[in-house]
Amino acid sequence: MINRLTEHRGLDSFDIRYVALIVAILGIGVLSIYSVTHGHQSGTAPYYLKQLIWISLGAAAFLVMWASDYHHLARFAYPAYAVILLMLIFVLFEGRTSKGAQRWIALGPLNFQPSEFAKLVLILVLAHYYSKAPRVGWLQRVIVPGLLVLPGLLLILKQPDLGSGLSFVAVYAAMLLMVGVRSQALGFILLFSIMLFPFAWEGVWGSLHDYQRQRIMAFVDPGYDPAGKGYHALQSKIAIGSGELLGKGLYGGTQSQLKFLPEGHTDFVFAVFAEEWGFLGVLVLLTLFVALMWLSLEIASKAKDQLGALLAVGIVAMLCFCVVINIGMTAGMFPIVGIPLPLVSYGGSATIMTMASLGLLLNVKRKRLSLFY
Amino acid sequence: MVTGHSSESEFGDLHRRLFILRVGLLLVVALLGLRLWHLQIREGPYYRDLSENNRTRLVLLEPARGLIYDRHGVLLANNVPSFSLYVTLEDVKDRELLIQQLTDLLGLDPSLVRKKMTAKGSKLIPRKIKDRMTLHDATLVESHRLDMPGVMIQVESQRNYPGGVTAAHLLGYVGEISSDQLEKPEFLDLHQGSIVGQYGVEKSYDRHMRGMAGQKSVEVDALGHEKKASVVERPQAGNDLYLTIDVRLQKVAEDLLGAEQGAIVALDPNSGDILAMASRPGFDPNVLSRELTAKQWVEIVQDEGRPLNNRASQGQYPPGSTFKIPMAVAALETKTMSPSSTVFCNGGYQFGKRLYHDWKASGHGYVDLHNALVHSCDVYFYTIGQRMGIDVMAEFGKDFGLGKATGVELPSERAGIIPSTTWKQKAKNEQWLPGETISAAIGQGYVTVTPLQMASLVGTVANGGVNYRPRLVQAVMDRTSGNLQELPAVPRGKINAKPETFRVIKDALADVVTKGTATKAKSSIVTIGGKTGTAQVAALRTGPEENIPKKFRDHAWFVAFAPVESPKIAVAVLAEHMGHGGAAAAPLAKEVIETYMKLTPQIPAVTSDLSRGNRPGRSAKDS
Repeated sequence: MINRLTEHRGLDSFDIRYVALIVAILGIGVLSIYSVTHGHQSGTAPYYLKQLIWISLGAAAFLVMWASDYHHLARFAYPAYAVILLMLIFVLFEGRTSKGAQRWIALGPLNFQPSEFAKLVLILVLAHYYSKAPRVGWLQRVIVPGLLVLPGLLLILKQPDLGSGLSFVAVYAAMLLMVGVRSQALGFILLFSIMLFPFAWEGVWGSLHDYQRQRIMAFVDPGYDPAGKGYHALQSKIAIGSGELLGKGLYGGTQSQLKFLPEGHTDFVFAVFAEEWGFLGVLVLLTLFVALMWLSLEIASKAKDQLGALLAVGIVAMLCFCVVINIGMTAGMFPIVGIPLPLVSYGGSATIMTMASLGLLLNVKRKRLSLFY
Repeated sequence: MVTGHSSESEFGDLHRRLFILRVGLLLVVALLGLRLWHLQIREGPYYRDLSENNRTRLVLLEPARGLIYDRHGVLLANNVPSFSLYVTLEDVKDRELLIQQLTDLLGLDPSLVRKKMTAKGSKLIPRKIKDRMTLHDATLVESHRLDMPGVMIQVESQRNYPGGVTAAHLLGYVGEISSDQLEKPEFLDLHQGSIVGQYGVEKSYDRHMRGMAGQKSVEVDALGHEKKASVVERPQAGNDLYLTIDVRLQKVAEDLLGAEQGAIVALDPNSGDILAMASRPGFDPNVLSRELTAKQWVEIVQDEGRPLNNRASQGQYPPGSTFKIPMAVAALETKTMSPSSTVFCNGGYQFGKRLYHDWKASGHGYVDLHNALVHSCDVYFYTIGQRMGIDVMAEFGKDFGLGKATGVELPSERAGIIPSTTWKQKAKNEQWLPGETISAAIGQGYVTVTPLQMASLVGTVANGGVNYRPRLVQAVMDRTSGNLQELPAVPRGKINAKPETFRVIKDALADVVTKGTATKAKSSIVTIGGKTGTAQVAALRTGPEENIPKKFRDHAWFVAFAPVESPKIAVAVLAEHMGHGGAAAAPLAKEVIETYMKLTPQIPAVTSDLSRGNRPGRSAKDS
């Protein structure tokens, strides 16, 4: 009897369409990673195999998040945030540096990137805050949560990880929109931002590494040093554009296969996919993403409490931000900030974190709470 | 759980806001789709062409380095065309085979070529394997290029110093950027193979003279052979430098030192402009600016004469009696002595148990300040040193710019030492001993200075107290705008002394030359004021100078200015191991001064020359 109930309770939230979408996008990712890295590697395990391992770990995280109770999780939001902040401070001093940024903690053979997990923890923190705190006046609505975001944001910008930092801001902005910012408050924020802009610009621009500034320069002025910092952007556009309608077919991407395109398996994996599958392939991938987010917003709107709704919205905002910025930067719409394409790019921390977030989102879908409620 | 009234209404609001989010999501994705449609469908064929031809290589075009002129526009450093060999690794099918081919063809060292090919960097960007190739070698490579995909010959400009060793320490030399330098922020926009200044003004003004690399896109076919080239961005030539030196005077100064080790600095006391700065032995910057073999480099570095050491700005020597000039100023200004008060010199100065000798064993008798300078009486200065104390002496020494770098635009300038009680405490963690003050008063002991500092000091006395920063670069000419940016003379400080004090000192220094220790500097065409000095190398010596091995002989100093009435030039001469200043150094200073007095009227100053637009012509190849 009890067994049956549990089973039923579990399944009523388990949305097979949702899981199918995730699996489809993951599949596209593994295929693209395989395509761009096969034959180029020797010695270590191939990237696609390692990615499959990350996905299995991600699946476990997905199931754990789905099976647990998000109310319990939210209760741990503040302590978890404290731990993440400590890790970010640790990274600043002891972190592993790669390509000029100090983002990783080495755990034996594995490298763990706290800033990825910080995103999920931040969503929990803000959702928890807004669902508990009295929300009268802009101080409680805007300033206090803003102050919550700030330390994490600054630590991440310091690494520097502009992409993760911006996704922090995106999550905060989406939450603000959800809890309702009155027009005066919006006006105040706008005025405040305009007043702060010169300082912020100085601070942000000054804290950037030279390579980041050059990337932004390369974006503003496309002719800027095409052999150096503008090289990524140019090669990525050529890869995507030359895919045309139907693409060059699997392994047919000359741009990526001939290694004109750097970081083809990580931040620029979308360009690999677009070159090989063309505009039609791109439409399929975009549709999958939109469907996933649409379903997620569905879950948000049907959430049985504010905490759930806010969690869902935060997660969607973060995913949406990453997808749009990543594709936008590979397509030459935005400066290159170094942000992975969720579920598609190679990478352990990001894959596990994204899948865990989606598990949490599905958790929100439960109509009833657990047996012990 | 969440049941409050206000919360409920907000919860309801949530749905309206979710609707905004949905619309936003669709809009943003639609925008992405539109962009991708534009890239892949509208511009697809264009990008397909690009990708098919994405055998395009970007080749950096090295900029021509700025030229260096002397104050009258005489060319000191220019560029001459030469050939460089580049390899694009992406197009190389068999690296070992290529190394074999190149070494067979050009006689290169295979391990060196291999090292350059395996160095860090993109496979797509051609890397420089060999520069300064002869025309013969370049044609040889060209004729075999079809067998060597990825190989390219570029015409580049190469640094050249027409004067050879002349002014080598000032000009410095250039060289390929090192991997350490590449890591530094000031070289961020450079790359492996870039040429940067490594010494002299080539180094200190590198940023000005370097210019900006351009690039050329070269289309290559599937075999890596060049098909078509077009310039994407022209290189920007670096800016030209006008030095303050007069190369004719520079050459005279260098020739005067000849095979000896030493330095001569001549400057304009009214601006601090360096007119000549010679340091011997020297080196040929043309050799150092080329790729040196390890053996050649070791030879230069291990040379006992240390030719890479600019003795004028980096050599630190005890000033000997030339230090009596600032001591005399200090004595008058602190009223330790009046010009007329005297000290009795019997050939020695007893302090505690020790007798400090005068250079003249029989003594000078009663001497006033004038005679003490003219005959370089040590006892007089022992006495005033003892009366003033080391810290007062140090203060005046520092006012004259001793004990700190002058700030001349040369790398690795040394500061020398002006000791004081605090200095000794810090440097040696010991207390200052009174006996040390006595040695310091005649420029021995811990006191060390550079010849450049001494030239500046004597210039300061000559102009009546303004201590100018010695200046080597007079103007920078911007190649893009054509503007000539003149750099102003920079006064570092002013000696707080009465004009009377300087008059007394200058009178004495004039008599040093006419009837004192430096009669060998006496000139028939110009009045000269000066001071000799002898810097002890080894403390205990016996017997005549000739019997002492040369490396233990004293250094000879002479500092001078001329004409005494309205000084136009200040000179410091330091001749290593040449004995007494009066005998060895004074004649050299006289030669420099006379040369300068003869030169000056003939040629107008660079500034007026330039302002008339009468700029010296450029060599044909550098723009």
